[in-house]
Amino acid sequence: MRRIWRRRRDIVCREAVALVTDYLEGALSRADRARFEAHLRDCEHCSEYVHQIRTTIQAVGRVEPETLDLEVRNELIGLYRRWQAG
Amino acid sequence: MTQSWRDRAERPIDFSAGETRSTSRDEAELLGRLRNGDTTAFGSLVDRYHTQMIQFALTFVSSRALAEEVAQDTWLGFVRSLDRFEGRCSLQTWIYKILANRARTTGVRARRTVAVGGPELALGSKYFTEGGSWVVPPVPWTDEVDDRLSAPIVIKRIRALIEELPESQRQVVTLRDVQGLSKPEVCEILGISEGNQRVLLHRARTWIRKQLEEEVTGW
Repeated sequence: MRRIWRRRRDIVCREAVALVTDYLEGALSRADRARFEAHLRDCEHCSEYVHQIRTTIQAVGRVEPETLDLEVRNELIGLYRRWQAG
Repeated sequence: MTQSWRDRAERPIDFSAGETRSTSRDEAELLGRLRNGDTTAFGSLVDRYHTQMIQFALTFVSSRALAEEVAQDTWLGFVRSLDRFEGRCSLQTWIYKILANRARTTGVRARRTVAVGGPELALGSKYFTEGGSWVVPPVPWTDEVDDRLSAPIVIKRIRALIEELPESQRQVVTLRDVQGLSKPEVCEILGISEGNQRVLLHRARTWIRKQLEEEVTGW
């Protein structure tokens, strides 16, 4: 009986994949998070998937803006000075 | 040693830190100096944000020249609004809100965007059985590339992938995952709900992961 009840509440891989951002963003309810984590413990593929999403986030975080051009910096400070004087 | 998949069932990332960020004491002091015409204070702000502003502006406009124009225009708007700023958000949020407004009025990004679908398309029905289990499970690739993710060629590719995203996804992923802004900041800057932001972020991350998987496993 308990097993059937549990099964009804278990999530499947397709749902886990759809919920991964909600999970990482802390947007799942406590119960849903527990179901999600229970699924990860039992599913190698979904665990791998979540790991890949985390790696993707880290990789995207390595994209840096360009370095600041000194000439542009001076122009902006000039703009600020003119506003102050104006 | 290869990390066990069981070890990877980690806790959610805690993004709560800084969520209620308003003007901190340091920012209040900086604001005072800016209002008093302190060019050093203004210079430090330019050092901190200008190149990130160009990066953000490029999610709206089609050229580097336009992005620079928007960023410069934003600084002008910022200094003009210094006296009105009430400190209800961080200086960065304030600056970015000005930028988003300017960029939107500068013109629609006249460029091709690849029709990228959501996770439905990135991970369509062919990946799952009718019961919802994997048919085509994710191919492990992260262990092989961990040390290569900082390589310029990979960074360049990720930059290009972000460029291919639809505009709204590109904006959210740039602010959240590239620049590390918090959820509330991004929602306020872009004027979107938290749920909408999460959907856009989900689609962007899902698609980028899929592209990386395909490319890395093909290396």
